[in-house]
Amino acid sequence: MRTFWILWKREVASAFQTPMAWVILFFLLLVTGFNFYAGVSVLNHGPTEVTVVESFFNTVFFWFSFLLLFPLLTMRLYSEEYRSGTIEPLMTAPVRDTHVVLAKFFGVLFLYAFLWMPTGLYFLVFWWQTHLTSAGAIGAFVGSYLLLLLMGMFYLSLGCLCSSLTRHQITAAVMTFAVIALFFLTGLLSFLAGHVDTMMQGITITFSPIDQMTQFSRGIFDTRPVIWYLVMTGLCLFLTLQSFQARRWRS
Amino acid sequence: MISVQGLTKSYGSTDAVRDLSFSVDRGEVIGFLGPNGAGKSTTMKILSGYLPADAGEVRIAGFDILSQSLKARSRIGYLPENVPLYPEMRVGEYLRYRAALKGVRSRGITEKVEDALELCSIAHVRNQLIGTLSKGYRQRVGLADALVNEPDILILDEPTIGLDPGQIREVRELIKGLAKRHTILLSSHILSEVEMTCSRILIINKGRIVATGTPAELRERSGIPLSGSVRMEIQTANREAAEAVLTILQSLEEVASATVAKAPLAGSSSTFSWTRFEIIPSSSGDPRPGLFEEAVRRGWKLRELSGHESSLEEIFTSFVNRIPATTERNEEPKEAVNP
Repeated sequence: MRTFWILWKREVASAFQTPMAWVILFFLLLVTGFNFYAGVSVLNHGPTEVTVVESFFNTVFFWFSFLLLFPLLTMRLYSEEYRSGTIEPLMTAPVRDTHVVLAKFFGVLFLYAFLWMPTGLYFLVFWWQTHLTSAGAIGAFVGSYLLLLLMGMFYLSLGCLCSSLTRHQITAAVMTFAVIALFFLTGLLSFLAGHVDTMMQGITITFSPIDQMTQFSRGIFDTRPVIWYLVMTGLCLFLTLQSFQARRWRS
Repeated sequence: MISVQGLTKSYGSTDAVRDLSFSVDRGEVIGFLGPNGAGKSTTMKILSGYLPADAGEVRIAGFDILSQSLKARSRIGYLPENVPLYPEMRVGEYLRYRAALKGVRSRGITEKVEDALELCSIAHVRNQLIGTLSKGYRQRVGLADALVNEPDILILDEPTIGLDPGQIREVRELIKGLAKRHTILLSSHILSEVEMTCSRILIINKGRIVATGTPAELRERSGIPLSGSVRMEIQTANREAAEAVLTILQSLEEVASATVAKAPLAGSSSTFSWTRFEIIPSSSGDPRPGLFEEAVRRGWKLRELSGHESSLEEIFTSFVNRIPATTERNEEPKEAVNP
């Protein structure tokens, strides 16, 4: 456990010691800030059916920055260590492969959570300025951010897996983006189908981040996506461990 | 401390290491010597637990490197070739991280890190980013990392590569100092370095050990104890006497040829004039005992009788050049398997 914390601390520290995290944070806040502004200005044109929180988490700006985030956050995790050779001193120290895989995952998860944290300020500012809540109920906040975290876990673990497969960061980033886009687009099938029956909805709700977000940002809690994301994260981390251990037989 | 049995490792169809066996006792400083691509780095990567071997057994302080990997690894300080480090970390920060990772207790970390910084004379760059350091400093940070938890065994892969002469001397001194406390296995393709720092040498070529022993033993076994000529200075009354001695020397069995290197001045009749002879030995043996006996028998007054001991370079070349014969023999079964 001590080893895990030591590795985790280094992962987090190294993320903030390089400009990468700050650059990502800057652009993320820029895009989501504009997104929030757009959501609020809708209110100027009269009453709407969606709350500010709902509109915030369901625009093309949000999804665009959301999907771009994962390749950028995860591409260097393993590839950088392979390429620069630092994997050698790391793995000749008395550490287990599982320690490394978990420390890298939870390290980048912490960074991911950190990046989204300032967006909570938007809603605080809204409340402070207007004395109105930006969502129907507190559950909408909890739901939105919980889903953000769950989706993050799955996509970050996918990124870990891709990065553990190659020594080239760009390859890792492209792979991560392709796989995530594939999952994301699968969720859009329901839009193509036009008419959606309950069976179809049951399937797409597990795949479609957009459908899930529509629900969660209204404060509707559904266990299916929760379990889906937890299981898939576990699976991806397991595969990451396998691929990480396979380096021994590859080289 | 280290015991290696039948170690074999191949990358694809090329064999990097073939059936390597050796052992290192506590307190020894072993030099791993071989040309580039001889299998030195591969062997060290296997010993440090980074790569698994295809076959064979490695025991570090009694622990199997595969089945008791963590225990074995915690007893090794490993300096990889090219010293990969995290460029975004500071020197002190990096060493504290490494010490903690290697299981140094929180309370002891500061002390151990300070010791390592001091020992490798990098205390003054402790707050510098590793990415901004020169090659020599990076090498020393790597070395400090290897010994920060005071492991029993140090495995150093080319510890002086890429350093300037001053730094090389410093690192050699450092390694000599470390030998008191650690068992050291270091690799190099610089022969004089190995001779200076190591108590025993393993010469490895094409993945096999071709010779092992102290520098002196290797010298003896190589069959070329002396390189070049033997110098002999004899007191001669005058030039004529010197010519006479030369004739006698040339007639000796041990001597292939002899020349006068420095004759007394012409016309000098001083009884204290010395003549220096350069003698090329006829066989690969040492001619000096024979020359001395001759001098005694003839009552020559001798001031110098010296030869240059053959350098490790010559010994090394003589061992490495013997390899082709053994290699061919060992490739036969392999060809039979893959016709």
